[in-house]
Amino acid sequence: MNMVVCVKRVPDTAESEVHIDSSGKGIETGKLSFRMNDADNYAVEEAILIKEKIGGTVNVISIGDEKSDEQIRMALAKGGDEAVRITDPALEGSDGFALAKALAAAVKGMEYDLVLTGALADDDGCAVVGVALAELLGVPHAAYVKKVEVLEDGKRIKVGRELEGGLMEFLEMDLPAVLTIQTGINEPRYASFKGIKAAAKKEIAVKSVADLGLDPSEVGEAGSWAVLESFSYPVVGEKAEILEGDPAETAAKLAAILKEKGLV
Amino acid sequence: MKDIFVLMEHRRGELREVSLELLSGAAGLGGTVVAVLLGSGADDFAAKAAGLADKVLYVDDPMFENYNAEAYQKALSALIKEHGPGLVLMGHTGHGVDLAPALAVELGAPLVTDITGLEMDGDKPKPVRQYYGGKLDAHMVLKDADLYILTVREATFQAAEPSKSGEVVKVANPVSEDISYRKFVEYVEPEVGEVDITQSALLVGVGRGIREDKNLPLLEELASALGADLAASRAVVDAGWLPADRQVGISGKTVKPKLYLAVGISGAFQHVTGMKGSEFIVAINKDPDAPIFGIAQVGIVDDLLKVVPALTEKIKELKG
Ligand SMILES: Cc1cc2nc3c(=O)[nH]c(=O)nc-3n(C[C@H](O)[C@H](O)[C@H](O)COP(=O)(O)OP(=O)(O)OC[C@H]3O[C@@H](n4cnc5c(N)ncnc54)[C@H](O)[C@@H]3O)c2cc1C
Ligand SMILES: Nc1ncnc2c1ncn2[C@@H]1O[C@H](COP(=O)(O)O)[C@@H](O)[C@H]1O
Repeated sequence: MNMVVCVKRVPDTAESEVHIDSSGKGIETGKLSFRMNDADNYAVEEAILIKEKIGGTVNVISIGDEKSDEQIRMALAKGGDEAVRITDPALEGSDGFALAKALAAAVKGMEYDLVLTGALADDDGCAVVGVALAELLGVPHAAYVKKVEVLEDGKRIKVGRELEGGLMEFLEMDLPAVLTIQTGINEPRYASFKGIKAAAKKEIAVKSVADLGLDPSEVGEAGSWAVLESFSYPVVGEKAEILEGDPAETAAKLAAILKEKGLV
Repeated sequence: MKDIFVLMEHRRGELREVSLELLSGAAGLGGTVVAVLLGSGADDFAAKAAGLADKVLYVDDPMFENYNAEAYQKALSALIKEHGPGLVLMGHTGHGVDLAPALAVELGAPLVTDITGLEMDGDKPKPVRQYYGGKLDAHMVLKDADLYILTVREATFQAAEPSKSGEVVKVANPVSEDISYRKFVEYVEPEVGEVDITQSALLVGVGRGIREDKNLPLLEELASALGADLAASRAVVDAGWLPADRQVGISGKTVKPKLYLAVGISGAFQHVTGMKGSEFIVAINKDPDAPIFGIAQVGIVDDLLKVVPALTEKIKELKG
C-alpha cells in the first residue's frame, strides 16, 4: 500500500495569549512554540500502522517554510519513508482550496493508494483540505475517519466516520482514496532515538509551485476562494467572575460559593 | 437577489435541528429560501421544512435513505446547475464537512466553512469564522462568483417557529448511476460505560491541562469529595486517560448538570456545545484568555495542580 500523509506545522495556541499583529491579518508568533498539527500526528501513525501490517511506503508532504522540516522529520523518524516540502512565496495567503491544489499537484506525481490528511488544522480549523484534495485528484474520500480496515483484496477499505454524539458511520470504498483522520483513532507512538537519527539524514525534496507545474496565480490569495480581511478579538458576553487570591484563598472562596448554591 | 439553497440534514429517521436553524437564518438574508431535501419516504421532513422555507425541492429515492457524500454531491450539483441559486448553506457537521469542499471544487464555487456569523453584501456573503480554537474571529472576503457555499456552525442561528407554508416540489432523482465506489454499511452506536454522565447532578470536567494521567487521582479526589462524577474533554479521551463514555461535547455527550467544574479545559466550541446548558459553570485554568471563561459564571486563573488539592480540602472541611 503506497500512502501519502499531509502534515502541517501549527502554532501551539491552546495555552498562550494570541495577539493580532500590526497587519491585522496575522498573529505575533515570536513567543509561540510550534508543533505538528494534532490530527496529522494521528494520520502519520495510522499510515505507519497500515505499513507495518500489510507493507507499503509512507510519503510525507508539507507545505511550509524550512521550519516545517522539524515536523516532516518527526514523521520520518516514526516510520515515514520519503518526504516533500512545498515552499514558495507565491503560497502566502493560500486558503484550503489553494493548499489542496498544491498538494494535489504533488500527489499526482506519486504512486498512491491512500492519502491521509488530518480532520482539521488546529490554526484555521477549516476542515477543507482533505476533501478538496480528493475532488482535485478525482478519487473517493471520507472525512472524520476514526477507523480504517484494509479489506482482503487490498483494493477496498472499510472506514468508520465519527459523527455527532460519537455515532460511527461505516462505509466501504474503493482505493485510491483520501481520508481525513480524526484524533483518537490510534495511539501515536514516540519516535525512537534510532528513528530520529535516521530521519536526520534523510533528504527532503523541496519543490516550488513551478516545479509542480502550477502557475503562481493558482495559489496564494489569487488562487483562493476567500481571503482573510482582518482578525478581531471575539466579543465575549459576560465573562466569569474571577476569584482573586492564592490557591488556598481562591479554593476557599469557591467552596463557599458552592455551599451557598447548595451544591456542597 | 438569487435563491438560497439550504441542505436538509437527516439521520436515522430524524431531520436534524441544524436544518431548521439554517432555514431560519436564511430567511433574514433576503433571497427566496429553498429547502433541498434528499431523502427516502421523507414526506414528514418535507412538511417540516415547508414551515420555514419558501419552497422545498424534494428528491425521494431509496438512494438517499442514508447519507452518502458522493450521491449527495451528484444530486446537489445537478439541482444547483438547473436552478441557479446564489448561495448554498449546509451545517458544519459530520455530513457537511464530508460534502462541501468536494462540491465547491466541482462547481468552482468559493467555500467558507464553520462560519459563526453572516451578513450579505447584495448576493455576496461576508462571513465570520474562528481561528486558533476560538481565540480570534476572522472576517473573510470571498472571491467574486455566481455561487457561494457556506457551512455554518450549529447553533449560529436559532430555529424559528414555523410561519411559512412553502410549496413542496417533488423532483426526479438526477442521479441514475449506482455509486459502488463508496457504499454506506451501517451505523454503530458508541459504547455505553458504567456511569451515565448525562444523569449526573455534579460533574468535574477534566481537560488536557492535567498534562499526565498520573495527575488524574487529584481530580478523582475532588470529584469524590463533591460527590460528583468525572467527565472529560476529547483531548483526555484521545489520550486514553478516561473512557470515551465520559466525553462531553459535539462528538460526545450533552450534559446539563447543576454544576460543571471545568478543570484544565480550554473551552473549544466542540466541548462547550456539550456543556453550556449546565446550571452553574466554574472554570479553573491558568490562561486568563481561555475561551471557557466566556461561558463560566465563576473562574479561577491559576495552576490546577495547586487549586484542585486546596479545593478538595475545603470541600471536605465544609462537609465535616
Ligand atoms: C469534529 C470534532 C469533534 C470534536 N468533538 C469534541 C468533543 O466532543 N468534546 C471535546 O471536548 N472536544 C472535541 N473536539 C476537540 C476540540 O476541538 C478541542 O481540541 C478539545 O476540546 C480540547 O480539549 P482540552 O480543552 O482538554 O485541551 P486544550 O485545548 O489543550 O486545553 C488545555 C487547557 O488547559 C489549561 N492548562 C494547562 N495546564 C494547566 C495547569 N497546570 N493549570 C490550569 N490550567 C492548565 C490550558 O491553559 C488550556 O486552556 C472535537 C474536534 C473536532 C474536530
Ligand atoms: N500547509 C499544509 N501542509 C500540509 N498539509 C496541510 C497543510 N494545511 C493543511 N494540511 C492538511 O489538511 C488537513 C486539514 O486542514 P484544514 O482544511 O486547514 O483544516 C490538515 O490536518 C493537514 O493534514
